[in-house]
Amino acid sequence: MIAIQEKLLKPIAGASKGYRTAVTLLALVALWGLFAWIYQITRGLGVTGMNKPVLWGIYMVNFIFFVGVAHAGALVSAVLRLSRAEWRRPFTRLAEAVTVFSLPFAALSIFADLGRPDRFFHLVLFPRLNSPILWDVMAVTLYFLSSLLFFYYGLIPDIALCRGQFPSATGLRGWFYRKFARTWRGTPEETHRLNRITGGFSVWLVILVVAVSTVVSWVFGLSYKPGWHTAIFGPYFITGALFSGVAVITLVAAAARRSFGLGEVIKPVHFDNLGKLLLTLGLVLFYLTVAEYVTTFYGAQPEHMAVLSARVGGQFAPLFWSMIVLCFVIPLPMLFRKKTRTVRNMVIASVMIVIGMWIERFIIMIPPQTLMPLPYPLGHYTPTWVEWSITAAFLATFTLLLLGFTRIFPIVSVWELKEGKTEAPAEVQKRVAAYQPEV
Amino acid sequence: MTHFPAGRPSSRDGLPEGSEEIMKTDEKIPKELTRAQFLKLGGAGLAAIAAGGLAQRALAKENPGQKATRRQWAMVIDLTRCIGCEACTVACQQENNTPPAPHADVGRMRAWNQVIFKEEGETPFAKIKYHPRPCFHCEHPSCVKVCPVGATYRDEKRGIVLVDYARCIGCRYCAANCPYGARYFNWSKPEWSKNRGNASNPGVPMRPKGVIEKCTFCIQRIRAAEERAAREGREIRDGEVVPACNQTCMGRARFFGDLNDPNSQVSKLIRSGRAYRLAEHYGNEPNVYYLAEVRP
Repeated sequence: MIAIQEKLLKPIAGASKGYRTAVTLLALVALWGLFAWIYQITRGLGVTGMNKPVLWGIYMVNFIFFVGVAHAGALVSAVLRLSRAEWRRPFTRLAEAVTVFSLPFAALSIFADLGRPDRFFHLVLFPRLNSPILWDVMAVTLYFLSSLLFFYYGLIPDIALCRGQFPSATGLRGWFYRKFARTWRGTPEETHRLNRITGGFSVWLVILVVAVSTVVSWVFGLSYKPGWHTAIFGPYFITGALFSGVAVITLVAAAARRSFGLGEVIKPVHFDNLGKLLLTLGLVLFYLTVAEYVTTFYGAQPEHMAVLSARVGGQFAPLFWSMIVLCFVIPLPMLFRKKTRTVRNMVIASVMIVIGMWIERFIIMIPPQTLMPLPYPLGHYTPTWVEWSITAAFLATFTLLLLGFTRIFPIVSVWELKEGKTEAPAEVQKRVAAYQPEV
Repeated sequence: MTHFPAGRPSSRDGLPEGSEEIMKTDEKIPKELTRAQFLKLGGAGLAAIAAGGLAQRALAKENPGQKATRRQWAMVIDLTRCIGCEACTVACQQENNTPPAPHADVGRMRAWNQVIFKEEGETPFAKIKYHPRPCFHCEHPSCVKVCPVGATYRDEKRGIVLVDYARCIGCRYCAANCPYGARYFNWSKPEWSKNRGNASNPGVPMRPKGVIEKCTFCIQRIRAAEERAAREGREIRDGEVVPACNQTCMGRARFFGDLNDPNSQVSKLIRSGRAYRLAEHYGNEPNVYYLAEVRP
């Protein structure tokens, strides 16, 4: 256990050369994005590819995408915690980190999309509860604050551990360890209380995940627009969110495993389980996609059919079919058999799913906007370099935050791993015994 | 480069001096309206604010200054007379200072009054049908419903839908949710040709970049008529308010008036049996009516 603890704390002790290179590159991308954003603010949204009738472009796509990624934390950490899945232990920390670090970019995506970002505070000064956008703002804020607290509670024992292990840590980091470890000593009483709190928080987070995803989908679902106006959007968004989120967690876990040499901590069996989770979510998403498209096709209302044909056979057909291939056709068979659920394949499948799900968000967002009910000419939308730069910068900064995090805290929850080794076996045994008939 | 008429130095956002003020003080959404809507939503926990709002509303009702005739301004467009010349579009752009789209960018064009062309029938019997489309100033506007800050609202006194340029945050949800495509976004600072000189209309504020704009039924002309009538101590006469598009229409196809007055010209016209509205299945209840084309 001590050896593992040392291994988990090693990245904090010093940065490798690869780490410095990665940080430099990502920081450059982020700076470029910042330049693009300043350019956009001074010139107006005219520098984007958005126009009329495609009024919402990839900023909104990114918004949905980052909210989706953020949902994985709640699923892997909260749901697996509630269902007492013991294999969750190496993932909880990084799942929560993904949630906490991706949500700010969801908010920033909206911010980048506003024509008047300087008036953002109007949402607080003159809120109008009728608008689904306001529900969005409230839901995302609430989710962010809740998951931040959840994240922090899970961190406390490890902050205390770091405080003990790195007494010489100076500057911001030392201050952080001392300030945020509070009075944690690690008594059984404290651990018990911590588990009670995280348990309660897990229930709250699961409720929030359903609410946040649904509200985000309602920005579109409650509109009149054919292609958006469908009741399936809530469940569809939740499933898609979890699907892309678990894929991101798989990628982060694989990266951490490789760069920090955590092969004995995050084992193939963990990836195997994540693979099963991905497979299930992928199949549900596929089912919902089929349900939606078949319903539209047989209902055959002209306005809805126009959107469907734009997606399946019109100007968006290449994107639609690459989404189908990237999300379902290649990854699902790969995830289906135990033999092919290797770590390497899981990484390949996850990369495909992340890209495919981003495209899926695009397919949801853009085609319905290109068609107007009145006989206007068909709309077009091509994102410009400004939009791509800001998108890349968001992804880069998100990764930077994760990287920076590994330099301050262990990316795998040390206390939860320890608990898994010391207390969990007895607890599991007791639980299994309780299921048995009395005779 | 932005050009404004001489003698009016541009301030923040490239607006002429004072237009922020005009926008702030004028046509501001009454506070009690949003509060009443809170109530409608059953916003629990806001009872205290709501009560305050109701009190304010009651006070406002007793205030004689607020007691004005409620009008429902509406437009009727006779398609038998429309020749699709698009003069209404040009007149509207002149009147309301809508700048041309930069670089002939069709997707960024601003035409508060746009003529929609639709081909009907098959060759050789095909025919183009015109639908001049201002904002429809709907009874149940789907744009107002989704605005997160109440920047777009229905002026119940006049029965028209307006935008508070000083409050709009530019999220464009209203435009995405308008089935008629009547809303336009300021993608960049307004740009004018240098030759334009002093040709802008001083009675209409320029819109800054990043906000939504749309047809106002020429609110400046409605207001002028209201002031004139108040000064002379009378009601506004039928036909006294003429929006720019109506004024310029060479086929005299457009009519404007108060639907709350059963004897107004528009009221009579919509009872004619030829009247219909566009895409009624969205339930927006537009206040712009078309008179079906009668072919000779």
